[in-house]
Amino acid sequence: MAQLFSALLVMCIGVLGCAAYFYGSNLLLDLCFPAKNRPYDVIAKNLRVCNVIRPWLFVGPAVLALGFYFIFPVLDSIRLSFFDRTGKEFVGFYNYAWLFASAEFFESFKNNMLWLIVVPTLSTFFGLVIATMTDRIWWGNIAKSFIFMPMAISFIGASIIWKFIYDFRNGDDSQIGLLNAVVVFFGGEPVAWITVPFWNSFFLMVILIWIQTGFAMVILSAALRGIPEETLEAAVLDGANGVQIFFRIMVPQIWGTIAVVWTTITILVLKVFDIVLAMTNGQWNTQVLANQMFDWMFRGGGDSGRGAVIAIVIMLLVVPIMVWNIRRTNAEMEGR
Amino acid sequence: MITLPHKRSLLTWLVHLSVLFLVIVWTIPTAGLFVSSIRDKDQLSSSGWWTALSTSEQRIVYRAGIPNPPLLENGEYIIRGNLFDNAEAVVSHFGFTSLKPDVFLAGDEASLSKGRTLTVKDNGDYLITSPEVFQGRGQRIFYTAQIPPRFTLENYQEVLSSEGLGKSFINSLTVTIPSTVIPILMAAFAAYALAWMRFPGRALLMVTVVGLLVVPLQMSLIPLLKAYNLIGETFGVGSKTYIGVWLAHTAFGLPLAIYLLRNYIAGLPREIIESARVDGASDFDIFRKIVLPLSFPALASFSIFQFLWVWNDLLIAMVFLGNNEDQLVLTGRLRELLGSRGGNWEILTASAFVTILVPLCVFFGLQRYLVRGLLSGSVK
Repeated sequence: MAQLFSALLVMCIGVLGCAAYFYGSNLLLDLCFPAKNRPYDVIAKNLRVCNVIRPWLFVGPAVLALGFYFIFPVLDSIRLSFFDRTGKEFVGFYNYAWLFASAEFFESFKNNMLWLIVVPTLSTFFGLVIATMTDRIWWGNIAKSFIFMPMAISFIGASIIWKFIYDFRNGDDSQIGLLNAVVVFFGGEPVAWITVPFWNSFFLMVILIWIQTGFAMVILSAALRGIPEETLEAAVLDGANGVQIFFRIMVPQIWGTIAVVWTTITILVLKVFDIVLAMTNGQWNTQVLANQMFDWMFRGGGDSGRGAVIAIVIMLLVVPIMVWNIRRTNAEMEGR
Repeated sequence: MITLPHKRSLLTWLVHLSVLFLVIVWTIPTAGLFVSSIRDKDQLSSSGWWTALSTSEQRIVYRAGIPNPPLLENGEYIIRGNLFDNAEAVVSHFGFTSLKPDVFLAGDEASLSKGRTLTVKDNGDYLITSPEVFQGRGQRIFYTAQIPPRFTLENYQEVLSSEGLGKSFINSLTVTIPSTVIPILMAAFAAYALAWMRFPGRALLMVTVVGLLVVPLQMSLIPLLKAYNLIGETFGVGSKTYIGVWLAHTAFGLPLAIYLLRNYIAGLPREIIESARVDGASDFDIFRKIVLPLSFPALASFSIFQFLWVWNDLLIAMVFLGNNEDQLVLTGRLRELLGSRGGNWEILTASAFVTILVPLCVFFGLQRYLVRGLLSGSVK
């Protein structure tokens, strides 16, 4: 109870502090440069000053936060990648040389590539298929809601859910993991799924696909509804069958949205960390870059040089998407 | 799918069935977790959750306690008792060694060494007799019993109190609520400025925000960890504080928040804002009295996102918060339990369900806003 109270107090201070800044700073500005009850030329001058200063009061906190939490760290990560484990001694390209000679890195890189191919593809595919089907039935919205639900579950919670499904019992004990129970039911031998090299990565990917399909479905379903009815009617009149309509009319129409869904999931995959940490912590050849980076951050007191190098690799993989995003936004802003 | 009429009924059936199948596949993992979390822990570890409603056969070891003072009846020392806590179970077989745990039928009398005998009835009553005083550790009784399904909230009681999940729940709230409100405030002001105010560097700032949308968190962690340590040392406050984690969550949520809110606020009708300006309202007044109320849907969408994201976050909490009772959030606790209680599914399933309960409520309660937010963020 005492903890709850102190938590509430701390929360109030945090939130009110932030609100007080915006209110107070604007009030201060209005007091220093009043725009009422003064000669006209003073008011005009004051308004001009206000118009110059006020935008910065508005964007100031955001700019500071972005600067401290994004811009500075990105630059500092690049710097640290040329320094030793403590970040004090310059070591040139030593960390990069270590990276490209390390089998561990290539394993995670290979796994990451697998994740990048499989997860966005299957999530988008399932999302599209489910979106198409649920739009045709009366209980489609309820169905969608269930498939969308895993979005709300944390990666670590999802990991426990699936670890339970992959659970393995030795010998004759009855299996309490669903997957092994099904295997045994059909006369197979139970398997310790998450320890089987190569395939175990796929069992981890299933978790992310399970989570992300709902996201893809919601967005693609909205895009499908945006396709004009006339287009579809024209296709039907011309004698197209269902499959043709789907692949030749619907998919090309929503191509842009598919790309957005795809890239969004791709970025998420690059950052995937919790699932691997919780399921295997990189054992049995399931390591991925994000988890390896986290590992190096703390392993043996932490090695900031190697951690930074791995972070930079992740960053480089994101850059093409970033450029594409910026171009798209620029084109849009000009179109406005 | 649009099809010719005679094919329609078959195809419709197929669609119904496939959707039903997919819904079941997508729901079963969570359902299994929930069912398991309310089962009796012995039943949970000996049979699959899909058998939760049927009577389960379990093999259990029981150790009979030695009565003090010794009980003497008809010239023999005896131990008497019942194997079960609840009386509904039925014993079918029993034994006294682990090699042959089921050689005797319930009701039989088994002869042990040193002239002792053991009898177990099907209702769980057992009787051990011996010509001498019992010494050493109590006799082990192996038995096979048919135990009716039992549902209980004991698992939840245990995780909430002794496993410390209750405390973590409050910690999670302490992290989540300010981390949701602060970025909304900051982003709303910034978004208004980006949409309706003129200042040098506006376009550059917008491009930066879009670029930062995809920057991986990993890139920021090491420098920030170092900076936090330095700041903590300088001010003597320690590097792991709630304020630190709020600010981190705030900043990491800002690009998306600014992007979403700017798109929304830029779409508000120009006439309203212009006419307010002509009437002499300052930008702060316009923002507070006009823009903020009008942007409610966008604010709601983003706050749901941010809430879910912060509540479910593990990485930032692990890096910027401590591992102690006062700071461990639910996801962190879950990870710890996964390490320390990895085989205790009754603990893990109940804890996981406690963790996902709040996001699930938010999700089902406010799904409309969530979907709207997703769409405004992605569909162009």
